[in-house]
Amino acid sequence: MLGLNSKDFRLLLLVAALALLAPFILNPFPADSAMAQFNAGYPDLMQRFVIFGVFAIGFNILFGLTGYLSFGHAAFLGVGSYSAVWMFKLLSMNVIPAILLAVITAGLFALLIGYISLRRSGIYFAILTLAFAQMSYALAYSVLTPVTGGETGLQLALDDPRVLGAAQSAQGNIPVPGLFGLEMRDAAQLNLGDWVFTFSAGYYFSAVVMLIAFYLSIRIFRSPFGMMLRAVKSNQQRLNYTGLNARPYTLAAFVISGMYAGLAGGLMAAMDPLAGAERMFWTASGEVVLMAILGGVGTLIGPVLGAGLIKYMENIISKINADILHSWFAFLPDGLEDFIVSIMYPFIGKGWHLTLGIIFMAVVIFLPGGLVEGGQRIARLFRRRKSGEAAKDDDAKQSTVAE
Amino acid sequence: MDAIILQILNGLDKGSAYALIALGLTLIFGTLGVVNFAHGALFMIGAFCAVTLSKLLNASYTTIDESRTDFLGNPLKVEQPYVIDWFGPEVGAAIIDWSVPLAILFAIPVMILIGVIMERGLIKHFYNRPHADQILVTFGLAIVLQEIIKFYFGANPIPTPAPDAFTGSFDFGQVIGFDANQIIYPYWRLVYFAFAAVIIGAVFAFLQFTTFGMVVRAGMADRETVQLLGINIDRRFTIMFGLAAAVAGLAGVMYVPINPPNYHMGMDFLVLSFVVVVVGGMGSLPGAVAAGFLLGILESFASMGAVIDLLPGINQIIIYLVAIIILLTRPRGLMGRKGVMEE
Repeated sequence: MLGLNSKDFRLLLLVAALALLAPFILNPFPADSAMAQFNAGYPDLMQRFVIFGVFAIGFNILFGLTGYLSFGHAAFLGVGSYSAVWMFKLLSMNVIPAILLAVITAGLFALLIGYISLRRSGIYFAILTLAFAQMSYALAYSVLTPVTGGETGLQLALDDPRVLGAAQSAQGNIPVPGLFGLEMRDAAQLNLGDWVFTFSAGYYFSAVVMLIAFYLSIRIFRSPFGMMLRAVKSNQQRLNYTGLNARPYTLAAFVISGMYAGLAGGLMAAMDPLAGAERMFWTASGEVVLMAILGGVGTLIGPVLGAGLIKYMENIISKINADILHSWFAFLPDGLEDFIVSIMYPFIGKGWHLTLGIIFMAVVIFLPGGLVEGGQRIARLFRRRKSGEAAKDDDAKQSTVAE
Repeated sequence: MDAIILQILNGLDKGSAYALIALGLTLIFGTLGVVNFAHGALFMIGAFCAVTLSKLLNASYTTIDESRTDFLGNPLKVEQPYVIDWFGPEVGAAIIDWSVPLAILFAIPVMILIGVIMERGLIKHFYNRPHADQILVTFGLAIVLQEIIKFYFGANPIPTPAPDAFTGSFDFGQVIGFDANQIIYPYWRLVYFAFAAVIIGAVFAFLQFTTFGMVVRAGMADRETVQLLGINIDRRFTIMFGLAAAVAGLAGVMYVPINPPNYHMGMDFLVLSFVVVVVGGMGSLPGAVAAGFLLGILESFASMGAVIDLLPGINQIIIYLVAIIILLTRPRGLMGRKGVMEE
């Protein structure tokens, strides 16, 4: 189906089902219960899941396939956001042209930076991309203020010279980004007993875009082009000796991955039409590296899982404070309660970065394949128990599946 | 002319910090072949050694002084540091005043210990893994270290003053024949520069003039041969890692009065220090020092008003710009040896 083999198609269907049913899956607890704070099914966070999923999928095309570690990928995301907001300001509030422009400008920008940076590899490539991203960040903050809005960021105003569409809505407000009349912030609520599910237009739009991006990435992974990129990763020298020039392939991968980042930036602006330079700061680039590694670099689904995990921690775990912890362990004797809370406290709430850092280190040390590899190992463990000897063949198969 | 001298001086203190961090980074890379993204965190931990010592020395108990009253007429509460009780008012006050320089003595063993634990406990297992893995695991470690510091010391910068003797400014212009008040320069920055020069000199002397240093240099040039000669090069490299950590830590200790430390200062410096190492040449110690000072001074020149008028924004990007040009035109950096990490 769709040019995929049955296994990939099943993966795509699974991701599609998860994405479309996300408002249910992420809202497992009734709205008034004590566990409701673990509900991640509100539009803002779900949008972030899929948008950062797109970003991480794109990063994975570069790092996962070619092994080139870019520490400046957020620059493309920032450029995408800026161009999308400019499109809203100048052309129309429809999200399609904005996202198209975001992808195109990010692609051109990636072409420029990639052309220069890809002359070097390894750590030098990482430093070069980092240097370019930091330069873009510094310039966006200072000299380019007329284009980027500087410290306040780029925002819509009431007197934007919009060519198609009005500068103000009927109520005199700034219009909202939409898709042919469907506003991105429209949402429908469904009450089922104690549960409240929110279906947001913006989320579903982003989810569909993510699915398309995911589908394209599967096609890239399975194509001869993807094979070529993997050859670059495994041994570039040998590739050169066979008379193949690797640079056009790596540059193409870099540009594609930059366009994915631009797409993510454009989506971000479409959900909330503003853009700031901090999206280009190197910590943002570091974050996407964390996502890809945590989930499993070089696997199809890994980066999306990683993005989801980090965004979940950032938004949910970080909200747990000491009082909530005390209320959870209230059933214990006082001394024990205080003890447990004081042990757990540094790892949650504002300290969630600590947990993230520890998980990340553990993954790099023990599970180079990320969460996906962890899942495979567990699955293999169960299978071995079931079928004993036959598992050996299966092992060999399993290790190629996730590629 | 005076403006140029002033900019050179301004560049020196930042350049010193870059040079010290870059020296440690390139020492680790040259010996162990490991790209250490946690080096900035070591710099930051050094700075917090100074903060910790200063807090310890200021530990005090409250006494009530019956002879004096506050504005409400109540007896005045006086904070009495323990140090003053133990050493008498004059020596005690001097110890508190000099807490930052004293922190050097405190930081050296702490940093060496941290360095050795880090190398034996973590980095050792990453010798044979790709550079990307080394970067990632040390990046994770840097996050963990800075979050631990953030948990104990909070997110805000903690001002820790230099000794009173160094708080003023020095009229450098008068010494070299300019009018008074044309080139003035805070004393502590001069101290920082002198301190950096001493540390750098000490590291070079250690490597150049001791047997231990000779073995280490031999190991940097050809690790395998040195091992075949029956020398336990791994243990020496571990000690060098501790030393590099101590250098970064000391750079942090002395930097505290210039900029109040906060938990992410290490990351801010790390990115630039990496650029410095790459410009100087991976694995080249003189290159790291030279590039550190060079980039520090270039940065302060670029922030001169006249330059900014000519090329707006140049002060923000000059270091990265130089790095990009150097990397593309001279892949092994300014002083890198031919063939070391050229690709």
